[in-house]
Amino acid sequence: MADPLIEARALTKRFGAFVAVDGIDFVIHPGEAFGFLGPNGAGKSSTMRMIGCVSPASGGMLRVLGLDPASDGTRIRSRLGVVPQEDNLDTELTVWDNLMIYGRYFDLARPEIRRRAQELLEFVQLADRRDSRVDPLSGGMKRRLTIARALINRPEVLLLDEPTTGLDPQARHMLWERLYRLKQDGVTLVLTTHYMDEAEQLCDRLVIMDGGRIVAEGSPRELVATHATREVVELRFARAADQQHALARVRELAPRVEPVADRLLVYTDDGDATAAAVNGDGVGAASMLVRRASLEDVFLILTGRTLEE
Amino acid sequence: MSTPPVIRVVEREARVFARLWRGMVFSTVVSPVLFLAAMGLGLGGLVKAHTGKVAGLSYLDFVAPGLMVASAMQIAANEAMWPVLGAVKWVKNFHATVATSISPGELAVGYLLWIVIRAIGASTVFLIVAALLGAVPSVWGLLAIPAAALCAAAFSAPLAAYSVRLDSDISFPVIMRVAVLPLFLFSGTFFPISQLPAWLRPLAAVSPLWHGVQLARDATTGTLHVGADLVHIAVLVGCVAAGLVWARRTFTRRLTS
Repeated sequence: MADPLIEARALTKRFGAFVAVDGIDFVIHPGEAFGFLGPNGAGKSSTMRMIGCVSPASGGMLRVLGLDPASDGTRIRSRLGVVPQEDNLDTELTVWDNLMIYGRYFDLARPEIRRRAQELLEFVQLADRRDSRVDPLSGGMKRRLTIARALINRPEVLLLDEPTTGLDPQARHMLWERLYRLKQDGVTLVLTTHYMDEAEQLCDRLVIMDGGRIVAEGSPRELVATHATREVVELRFARAADQQHALARVRELAPRVEPVADRLLVYTDDGDATAAAVNGDGVGAASMLVRRASLEDVFLILTGRTLEE
Repeated sequence: MSTPPVIRVVEREARVFARLWRGMVFSTVVSPVLFLAAMGLGLGGLVKAHTGKVAGLSYLDFVAPGLMVASAMQIAANEAMWPVLGAVKWVKNFHATVATSISPGELAVGYLLWIVIRAIGASTVFLIVAALLGAVPSVWGLLAIPAAALCAAAFSAPLAAYSVRLDSDISFPVIMRVAVLPLFLFSGTFFPISQLPAWLRPLAAVSPLWHGVQLARDATTGTLHVGADLVHIAVLVGCVAAGLVWARRTFTRRLTS
């Protein structure tokens, strides 16, 4: 296998007494789409900032593109593309000048930047807005411009921190489609997300983070197969007291039951059989749904909490 | 051909300036020239009728270099406060800059270099107008431009170092009122500091603006005070050096955590 593009061992980030990233290990290979999935505060963004060489590690080992961020930050950054969680486009410049100036930050020649900027604006479908200011753009357009900006130096790795947070469903799908295209072109994608559907759509491999630690690692399918059952029966109840009451009964029917705020999740390899058993037992659920297990369930089983909490 | 990172930072500021310069002309050029007309010609006429000269100079000759350096200081102070805080706190474009091959230290130096370039531009225009009004008796007056630039750097470097650490702009109006405005008025700009009460004079003499004004005035009037001028230069260079060291540190701390 080729040398890893990014490698971390016992990587740690502390802010005073607070440990944001607590000794994590991971390896990211060229060409893959790698995700950090976890709730807010899991340490995903801190990890991304360390990879992006804008935040020194407090401990452990980190290599990006075979180099050490502590001593080769500038060289590494010149080969990365960064899409931060919060848009930080230059609002004093036009769409076009945002790309031109960013290209200059990487010391690219102006004719070359112009060529790339035109190409990239077409790629993110903003060619008709090239002379617009940044402020009037929609959230989805700003995100796409940020991605175009991050690609101006033809990076080997694109770092995306919560790329679709705050976007409407249509804008999200458009963004996913563009990222998928990039991946097919061989760009390594590293992204954080707290959306399990995003992780399932985009990631070849991911780690689930919680409280600064990695709690599981694998492809989305492997993670579900290893940590969850094949299917899930969701039971909703008319009143919280009913749910409370039913919990003990349902636990006798299935090995694994997770109560969440408004429903019980029953993990089983045969959803229909479990549903029938629950019905026959007269548990008194107001509604019942059988579905396949997802990464959301993996997270719940591993941490006892939902991703959105 | 590679361009130094510091210059690439300047390119961004120049790009923004190219779009916005019309709005800046009034505050940075027209208003100091109005001051020069009112003070130099208006008040100067009154001075001439009464005492004749100030520190051995006509009032116009006295006040012109003072106003020139003082307005360079004001540009420097303004540009080192709100725009710096905005770029790390509100727009966050400084964060985008340091995600590239530009380091925070290079960003700090580049941004400060841009402020100095702006101060040089404004000072040059001012000097031309002052010369046309007959307020620059010596050709050595050209050296007032580097004096103003040095003074602008002496203010902007430590101020930018301070601003980049902040989370709100509440201290800026206070700085303008209790530091920049009094310095503007009492640093030997409008009258010699010998006119100040004895206990205030040492305070005025540590103001970087006073050192800058003294240098510029020696230039425009073509008088050399070797010892004193070297001290003025040393004080200003000291402020710039300390400010740069501090700014590189605070920019790095703010932008990489």
